[in-house]
Amino acid sequence: MQLNETAIAQNAVISVENLSKRYGDKLAVDNVSFHVDRGEIVGFLGRNGAGKTTTMNMLTGYISSSGGSAKVDGFDVLSDPFEVKKRIGYLPEQPPLYMDMTVNEYLTFCCNIKNVTKAQRASQMDDVCETMNIQDMRKRMIKNLSKGYKQRVGMAQALLANPQVLILDEPTVGLDPRQIIEIRNLIKRLGKAHTIILSSHILNEVEDVCERVIIIDRGQIVAQDTMANLARSIGNISRMTVRVLGADKQVMRAIHGVDGVTMVDELGVKEEGCMDYIIECTRAIDVRKGLFFALAKLGKPIMQLRPHDVTLEDIFLQLTTADNSESEEKN
Amino acid sequence: MFSVYKRELQSFFLSPIAYVFMGFFLLVTGLFFATTNILSQQASYNSMLGNMSFLFMLTVPILTMRLLSEERKNKTDQLLLTSPVSVLSIVLGKYLAAVSVFGITLVVSFIYPLTLFTFGNPSFVEIMTGYIGFFLLGAALIAVGLLISSLSENQVVSAVSTFGVLLVLYLGGVDILMQIINVSWINSLLNWFSVYNRYETFGQGLLGVAPIVYYLSFCAVFLFFTVRSIERRRWSEV
Repeated sequence: MQLNETAIAQNAVISVENLSKRYGDKLAVDNVSFHVDRGEIVGFLGRNGAGKTTTMNMLTGYISSSGGSAKVDGFDVLSDPFEVKKRIGYLPEQPPLYMDMTVNEYLTFCCNIKNVTKAQRASQMDDVCETMNIQDMRKRMIKNLSKGYKQRVGMAQALLANPQVLILDEPTVGLDPRQIIEIRNLIKRLGKAHTIILSSHILNEVEDVCERVIIIDRGQIVAQDTMANLARSIGNISRMTVRVLGADKQVMRAIHGVDGVTMVDELGVKEEGCMDYIIECTRAIDVRKGLFFALAKLGKPIMQLRPHDVTLEDIFLQLTTADNSESEEKN
Repeated sequence: MFSVYKRELQSFFLSPIAYVFMGFFLLVTGLFFATTNILSQQASYNSMLGNMSFLFMLTVPILTMRLLSEERKNKTDQLLLTSPVSVLSIVLGKYLAAVSVFGITLVVSFIYPLTLFTFGNPSFVEIMTGYIGFFLLGAALIAVGLLISSLSENQVVSAVSTFGVLLVLYLGGVDILMQIINVSWINSLLNWFSVYNRYETFGQGLLGVAPIVYYLSFCAVFLFFTVRSIERRRWSEV
């Protein structure tokens, strides 16, 4: 295990060890350690105030850490800030825009402070504007743009100078559903050429975009793994809903008799003449076949069978509420 | 540094701030020039400039109040501080932009001595020396304003505090007041900080090394403190 971890650390573009940030006597980030490999898209998940933004601010060098270390591409954030900053494109929660500039002026300024050479500037700006789909807005004043476009200009800024690592703090917050889908697809596309860390408190966003999830709660990492592993870790019980035509007491008993079923309950009538049942069963046995034959024997047709996937929501709630009750007791 | 400077200067002229500053400055100096030089037929331009030093209390806050406060309020400091530029070059860029606006204003005010030259024969060198001193005085006070602007994210707080500090510095140079206070350490402290008084030798047409070094080191100290104040906030744990 130890050996394995060192091997991972060597591959990692971002490696964070025991990073902490203290505010007063409260630890906003408490001994956080994680690695992000080249080309990975990692989701930072947590409730508001969990410490996502603070961690990102420390990674980008905006604020200093109280303890521990953060390295990007082998360079330490505190001792080699310039090398780190050259490799990171950062979109903070509130895009850092100068309202009195046009998009073009703003991006030119960003190119200048990010040391993009004059020769490359025009082509880089064209590229990011095309990626972000803001070509038509380039001569507009930033203050006159809609929230969605402002977000895109902020993201365009992060893409300038073609950084290896993109750090996006809640990139879809405040956008309408169509824009959210656009930004998510864009992030997936960008993930092919960049290493991305994005934070979010929207579960299905992380589920949709990220390969790996780091769940952070009250400054501490409570879980970090791939979606599949997280789902497996939550337990070996799966649920499904089954809708049966012409249900009676017998049906319930028959379902209960199927191998692997641990619990059955009536959910109520949702379609005329049908009854919905919720079934809990062990993950090891596929109960669907047994269910079909058991009900066929009774002559009761299955109208609908819907398995409930374990969602990130389940995992998240399980991980964070377990802690929650503990700390509330303390208070 | 140059990119920060350019953006800041552009922002001064895109917003009304540069125009308000220049307009107000030139209006008041123009009024004083008209009364003390033209109407009373006096050619001593430098003493008029010296009398104008009180104007800095009102105009420097206009110039410096938003320099760093606004960046913090709009969170654009996140862009600057996470880009590969040093804090010093950010501070210098902003400082030089404000000093440039002041410098441009002074260049415009050359109209006044030019009027004197058409009617009389004042000493060109003397007036230029006066201008150099006046410029250095303004630059020093802008450095004070910049430091104060780095301490608050509220522009109004920053403007009013700058006014207050410049007022104290100004009163520190008033002799009668010093005689009333007459506490030796307060007097010597204020005397050391009497930025306004160092202008006097320039006004007499003397280009001394000591006051120039004094002004330049005064600026350097305040710019250093500004850099420290930004750094300190990043390390802050409160």
